[in-house]
Amino acid sequence: MTISLKVNGKSQVVDVDPSTPLLYVLRNDVGLHGPRFGCGLGQCGACTVHIDGRPTFSCILPIAAVGDREVTTLEGLLEDGKPNKLQQAFIDEEAAQCGYCISGMVMRAQALLRTKPNPTDDEIRNYMRPNLCRCGTHTAIMRAIRRAAIA
Amino acid sequence: MRLHRVILAVLAAGVLVAVGGLAWAWRPAIAPISANQTISDRKTIDRGAELAAIGNCSDCHTKDVGLPYAGSRALPTPFGTIYASNLTRDPGTGIGTWSDEAFRRAMHGGVDREGRQLYPAFPYDHFTKATDEDIHALYSFLMSLPAIHNVIPANQLSFPFSFRPIIAGWKVLFFSQASLENDTSKSAEWNRGRYLVEGLGHCGSCHTPRNVLGAEKKGSRYAGGVAEGWNAPPLDASLATAHHWTVDQLAEYLSTGWHKLHGAAAGPMADVARNLAQASKGDVHAIATYVASLSPQPDGKTAAITDNAGRSSPADVVAIYTGACAKCHNDRNDVGPSKALSLSLSTAVQQKESANTVRVILHGIQSYRTGGGPYMPAFDGILTDAQIADITQYVRARYTDQPRWADIKTEVAKARQEAQP
Repeated sequence: MTISLKVNGKSQVVDVDPSTPLLYVLRNDVGLHGPRFGCGLGQCGACTVHIDGRPTFSCILPIAAVGDREVTTLEGLLEDGKPNKLQQAFIDEEAAQCGYCISGMVMRAQALLRTKPNPTDDEIRNYMRPNLCRCGTHTAIMRAIRRAAIA
Repeated sequence: MRLHRVILAVLAAGVLVAVGGLAWAWRPAIAPISANQTISDRKTIDRGAELAAIGNCSDCHTKDVGLPYAGSRALPTPFGTIYASNLTRDPGTGIGTWSDEAFRRAMHGGVDREGRQLYPAFPYDHFTKATDEDIHALYSFLMSLPAIHNVIPANQLSFPFSFRPIIAGWKVLFFSQASLENDTSKSAEWNRGRYLVEGLGHCGSCHTPRNVLGAEKKGSRYAGGVAEGWNAPPLDASLATAHHWTVDQLAEYLSTGWHKLHGAAAGPMADVARNLAQASKGDVHAIATYVASLSPQPDGKTAAITDNAGRSSPADVVAIYTGACAKCHNDRNDVGPSKALSLSLSTAVQQKESANTVRVILHGIQSYRTGGGPYMPAFDGILTDAQIADITQYVRARYTDQPRWADIKTEVAKARQEAQP
């Protein structure tokens, strides 16, 4: 079935089964590898993208349900092809061990900073709860978010 | 209909004021005690902790998990918002100056240490059945907790409900201070269960419907009620369910928040289960014994799995169900890490009201984060409100033979207005 969607500001047309998760379409058909497959059950957050600016698990979002809502992936945050302020803060704070969760972490943190440019530590912790990091780099992730908030 | 209810409520409130005026007798204050006294009887304190778990006290009396029993949680009622009190022994804002006697009077009679009437959002209509010994254990437990200074916000109630003395009138109409007599025709376990369910457990507070003045309807005990927007299903034989609940199934559900033939505890019930996990196995089994006796049916009654997959449904709704739901709720009932089960077994999907199914889809089930219970992601933001309504109706039609739900869209909108769980 032919489905059109808007990803990172560009229109895309894909030919997939309508029940296919958005994550699979982004990785396999659109060629964007920012969002990761972690659990596939909406439990870990590695697949987090923005749907109309809201952080969303793309692994449990069927392509048929996306409609004309705007999809943004990690790649969509780049500014002039370079990491944006938050992405650079993650790099500067070396906020990754294996790095598998980081795309999702950046996407969720970006959504937080958009609605709350200067969050408290409690607000950061609470907002970031749905995303898991198995390596335990949470303190570095906190530093990165704080760094981007202050910068 | 709405106006009719409002007029009825106003008239009834007028009656309360009149009756309250006649009946209201001033209650004396009970002398304050020194806030520094300590209770060191560990056994009694531990027993009190178990009873507090059975009473689910922490659920209403804790707003912030970091400040247990310090109160301030807002409780929405049809009459306005009531803020739960501080149960820690802080002398200024908690119950630090309350003697054992003052605490017992509050539990049995709904009057605070200073002699003020307490709103029945505090379910003393049930706690009045607790024994002096159990209330002493509960008191000892609360007094063993660290004092937390926490000023409770003033209640926001509409007049005349903001005028405390009318509670005396409410009590004349709906409250009787009485303990339970043992029913010698029943087992000791059944009697123990009844004592806990009718008393500290206060199950009827949610599972019994209430009248316009917020009192439990005596003629409809356990016929199902409402809790913070969620539907508290009937505990009597009117409960719609694929499998009849057996005593053992209820006991497992109550202490783990999940049963493979019924589904997960969600909403306010998730907190009840999280607390009951701290209670003794014997007490939980007794509770299950009594609750199961409210809907007597042969234990063997099981229904075949309902799956009306053949019913015609819009292709996009089927695609969304397949991509968003079926990975966990698969029909092989292959229970994965989410403890999802075939929706034909879900008690929520069988109910007369769509309230719980809508709220579970919207908010998910997050109890695994605190107690290793079941998990479901919140579909708020993943699916649009219209898609959530479509999926709710699809699940109902496919996995039950019950009639369609009306007004799901209104229910989704209503659920959104409520505070997040």
